[in-house]
Amino acid sequence: MNTSEIRALFERVLPTQSIVSNPAELRVYECDGLSAYRQVPKLVVLPDCIEQVQRAMAICREHGIPIVSRGAGTSLSGGALPHRDGIVLSLAKMNQMLDLDLDNRTATVQSGMRNLAISEAVRKHGLYYAPDPSSQIACTIGGNVAENAGGVHCLKYGLTVHNITALKIATIEGELVEIGGAGLDSPGFNLLSLMIGSEGMLGVVVEVTVKLLPIPDTAKVVMGVFDSVQSAGDSVADIIGNGIIPGGIEMMDNPAIRAAEDFVRAGYPTEASAILLCELDGTSTEVDDQIERVKQIFDQNSAVESRVAGDERERALFWSGRKAAFPAVGRISPDYYCIDGTIPRKSLGHVLTEINRLSGQYQLPVANVFHAGDGNLHPLILYDANQPGELEKTEKLGSEILRLCIEVGGTITGEHGVGVEKIGEMCIQFNDQERGQFHCVRDCFDPAGLLNPGKAIPTLARCAEHNAMHVHAGELPFPELDRF
Amino acid sequence: MAGNIEEELQERVVRARRESTPLAIRGGGSKDFYGREITGQPFSIRRHAGILDYQPTELVITARAGTSLQEIQAALADRNQMLGFEPPLFAPSATLGGAIAAGLAGPRRPYAGSVSDFVLGLKVLTGKGEILRFGGQVIKNVAGFDVSRLMVGAMGCLGVVLEASLKILPLPLRETTVRLEHDRAAESLEFMNALARKPLPVSAACWVDGVTRLRLSGSDAGIESALRWIGGEADDQGAVFWDSVREHSHEFFEGGIPLVRGSVAPATPVICPQTPQLMDWSGAVRWVCGTGDHSEFDQQVRSRRGHVTRFRNADRSGEVFGPVDSVRMKYHQRLKDAFDPDRILNPGRMYADL
Repeated sequence: MNTSEIRALFERVLPTQSIVSNPAELRVYECDGLSAYRQVPKLVVLPDCIEQVQRAMAICREHGIPIVSRGAGTSLSGGALPHRDGIVLSLAKMNQMLDLDLDNRTATVQSGMRNLAISEAVRKHGLYYAPDPSSQIACTIGGNVAENAGGVHCLKYGLTVHNITALKIATIEGELVEIGGAGLDSPGFNLLSLMIGSEGMLGVVVEVTVKLLPIPDTAKVVMGVFDSVQSAGDSVADIIGNGIIPGGIEMMDNPAIRAAEDFVRAGYPTEASAILLCELDGTSTEVDDQIERVKQIFDQNSAVESRVAGDERERALFWSGRKAAFPAVGRISPDYYCIDGTIPRKSLGHVLTEINRLSGQYQLPVANVFHAGDGNLHPLILYDANQPGELEKTEKLGSEILRLCIEVGGTITGEHGVGVEKIGEMCIQFNDQERGQFHCVRDCFDPAGLLNPGKAIPTLARCAEHNAMHVHAGELPFPELDRF
Repeated sequence: MAGNIEEELQERVVRARRESTPLAIRGGGSKDFYGREITGQPFSIRRHAGILDYQPTELVITARAGTSLQEIQAALADRNQMLGFEPPLFAPSATLGGAIAAGLAGPRRPYAGSVSDFVLGLKVLTGKGEILRFGGQVIKNVAGFDVSRLMVGAMGCLGVVLEASLKILPLPLRETTVRLEHDRAAESLEFMNALARKPLPVSAACWVDGVTRLRLSGSDAGIESALRWIGGEADDQGAVFWDSVREHSHEFFEGGIPLVRGSVAPATPVICPQTPQLMDWSGAVRWVCGTGDHSEFDQQVRSRRGHVTRFRNADRSGEVFGPVDSVRMKYHQRLKDAFDPDRILNPGRMYADL
């Protein structure tokens, strides 16, 4: 079917202004935050209510048209990359808060509501929504649910999955299913956890009930400056080993420090091998207590310096460098590629040394920022997409880094999702039976495979192909795999 | 050894599948009373035990499913850590696998999280006889569907848990309990839920017999400043009280059978105020017990989008968990088919049709 034939189908059930088919406007949707992958969809629909979502899905079901649902399109893994023969179902117009239940500390919102808008709407009541992915100014809660989004406060406050109490899902079979409930649990299987992080492959999220937390009294941040990455890593282990769970604890290595300092002048020491930003939150007496203990721990690990932000302005300044780390790296390199592996923290020294070695081998600089509390490492590979072959080389380096993460007992994605980007690495992390089970789960909800097809869960054939590319010294990896 | 046990377990499932004989999965037998009554060949996981990896500074522990919860708790306490979901044991024999399959959490649940919130990864034996790993040993992991958390509370109906990796928490530096007299349940509910909107270090809130008890966890300084705000009088039997609520050894639970658990939004007004009840989880759980007609309680909980579990000693040939509507049941059955197509794992333990 061509675009005008598809358009005619949707015009029967949606207002004209909710359908985008003009090639120039379609181009807006050709990629998400992972712009290396692009595909113009056949059509984009922007329903403004659940009924319209369901009507659009019914047409897709009837005609076998693939659906890629999309919030703000901030995915860093190509989760919202359109399908060549499909439509993009944008939830952007469904952005309202439907119910605020202060007594029960929950808010029910449409899935297109922005993450930060939720916290802004409830701030006057002393409450907030905890998960804060760095794209929170733009990203939608529906997208957060699809990707199980994280942020810098995950160690203490959890990911999206820990902060959602109920969902309303439109299924491809035409039902509207409420998952979760009013209380802290619900009868039957834990479908809520299954849906969260399922990358839009099990249903379309139309409403989300989020948990709201009281805004902590106080938050203070202390910066530790270290002349080795190892000492910074040891400090994190000691903080946690001493029973302190920081609200956020972030590490940057020297290239990341330099880039950030050059960009925002946060006052970072540019000669340091690593800095740690450790934020403690809670009641003010408790926080003061913990700040002192963290400073002692930094000292015991030979910190060159510990600096406590004296006021809110300085706290914001300390954080500004970390928060601007990605764009800061973007300034010093034509392009950068962000990796999202998670590793057991004890392997940090080994992993960073190996990344350094690989960086030299591929002749591509790498800057590292690290959600140090939960082991989520974001190496940023600096490259120039205009140099022929450099993107391919970058992707190979990225893939080697992810292999390294798996080897030390970690995972290929901590918070960005698999999408199209890491679909090859899924073949390394999971064996054929495990991937087969994922397909069985998908088939329970979407037997025809119309919801975000080609993402997250690779086919057996795809894995045989992927792993064949990694023949090392004549040895076929994973010889137990069937190959066809 | 463990490898052999794992193989034995796998072979047993393969044989059960071939012979179409259902298996009744059992760990320490501490929750034999829970769920529907089933018939099946006994399938014990108890011997598949042992802590495999414990890294206090990583906040992660990995153990085999047959490991006793007490052993895990002792190992953690040794390093000043704990299981954040504060699982009830109900008997010293309780195992890790049982805690995950039943998905039950103690008084700390509203503040620290549910069992599933702490599960990072599982190794499971499916009804197809496959041993699969999902999730991992790291706190942040979004690769693949979250099958590990799907297994939590599934009563063994989707797979046999073989190993689990859990996130753990540091033990609070100090815990203190205060009591406040609230004759009426409604007063307590209002108080507990107003408190929950303040950034205070509360880690449990329960009302029974005209008294609200709050547990505070944190540093001396943090607790002292919260106490000035909350008031109430110190309860030096606090730790004993919370144990008794978690383990159902509090005298309230001697009120007779059946024991019924209502799960509702915490600020839900008092349901059936004439019926004696214990409210835990800041009001999100309402326990009632004793003979008598609980249908009014049932109906009111459901009308408030909550659900009721016939927790103990009910007629276990009927349904004991809250109803799942036909659409959701369709997806439950498909999932059952996806993991256990021949329905040999605890069939009927959760729902008659699963």
